[in-house]
Amino acid sequence: MNAAPVLNPFALFFASIFTSNILLANFLGMCSFISISKDMKSSNGLGMAVTVVLTVTTALNWVILNYVLIPLNVQYLRYIVFIISIAAVVQMLEMIIDRVSQALYMSLGIFLPLITVNCAILGVSLFMEIRNYTFLQSVIYGLGSGLGWWLAIMLLSAIRKKTEKAPVPAGLKGPGITVITIGFMAMAFIGFSGMLAVQ
Amino acid sequence: MSSPGQILKENLWTNNPIFMQVLGICSALAVTNLLTNTMIMTIGVTFVTAMSNLTVSLLKGLIPRKVRMIVQTLIIAFYVIIVDILLRAYLPDISRALGPYVGLIITNCIIMGRAEAFAQSNPPLISMWDGATSGFGYMAVLLVIAFFRELLGFGTLFGIQVLPDAFVPWTIMVTAPSAFFFLGIIIWIGKSIMNREGAPA
Repeated sequence: MNAAPVLNPFALFFASIFTSNILLANFLGMCSFISISKDMKSSNGLGMAVTVVLTVTTALNWVILNYVLIPLNVQYLRYIVFIISIAAVVQMLEMIIDRVSQALYMSLGIFLPLITVNCAILGVSLFMEIRNYTFLQSVIYGLGSGLGWWLAIMLLSAIRKKTEKAPVPAGLKGPGITVITIGFMAMAFIGFSGMLAVQ
Repeated sequence: MSSPGQILKENLWTNNPIFMQVLGICSALAVTNLLTNTMIMTIGVTFVTAMSNLTVSLLKGLIPRKVRMIVQTLIIAFYVIIVDILLRAYLPDISRALGPYVGLIITNCIIMGRAEAFAQSNPPLISMWDGATSGFGYMAVLLVIAFFRELLGFGTLFGIQVLPDAFVPWTIMVTAPSAFFFLGIIIWIGKSIMNREGAPA
């Protein structure tokens, strides 16, 4: 194991939102991103759910990795363990939200099952492991990535409202123009990268 | 039931996982800046899709419906771990370059989608074939994207220099946006040809 990288928490937070946006720079969570971004209200709900789940699972997986998997020397099991812990967190959040607030359940709960198979969640846990983040860094990275994902899906769904009405060539309608729009968004976000230098 | 040839044609063309269903691009676009990485990655995905389809199809009578999603995920994770261990042992450089994206094969929507849509209701061998051909369809599209990105971004193919030194590499080809642009263009071309053929889109 290498030493944990020394990183200013604020730099990491902003980097995970903007310069290394989990979606636009690392291509994670694309499937639900493209299908849900048709509708702004659902995008908002899903973005919120992703942020909550990412923060919780990254922290939980950090604890599992460093206190269970590494001491027992069974790191090759991490894929299975991470996936199970993500599924468990999602299931528990769903039950808790259902108990606590019906209104919140209606706006957030329906998106939770979708999240288990969202690549962004597993991806952030795997990046956390590869980059040897400390616990605090993992939580910040999870939260920042979630917020970045939320921001990106809100931006895209707003843009899609316009492209839906635009006279696009027939073959480019739907996913085609959406993917190209994401390309332009990725270019804009890369523009931030001069401000921060984070891996 | 559809014949093996028909399945091949469907998965490679009329129902291609990438440009018709827009699935599984999550873990894929990141590896397409070099042909070698793409090749290894797509072979891994094809292997996992085929084997998990076979396994899901063999076990379909035994898995209770309520927990089938998590069982399928575990089956997929099992094969991904095999791929990961093989890569670490025999191709350590590529394993390091692919980083977390090998593990992300687990959440690749194509694999889950094929297990759910095909293997769940078909006999084992044809399911395995369906999984493999889906993998080929995925491989074909990614190799096209990687071909252009590596050629224009580095002036090389499979790491071998093909363009003269006078060629100035296009930096944008190495970064994320170009992957989206190429994917968009491929979807466009694919859909336009299909619209002309009058196939149901």
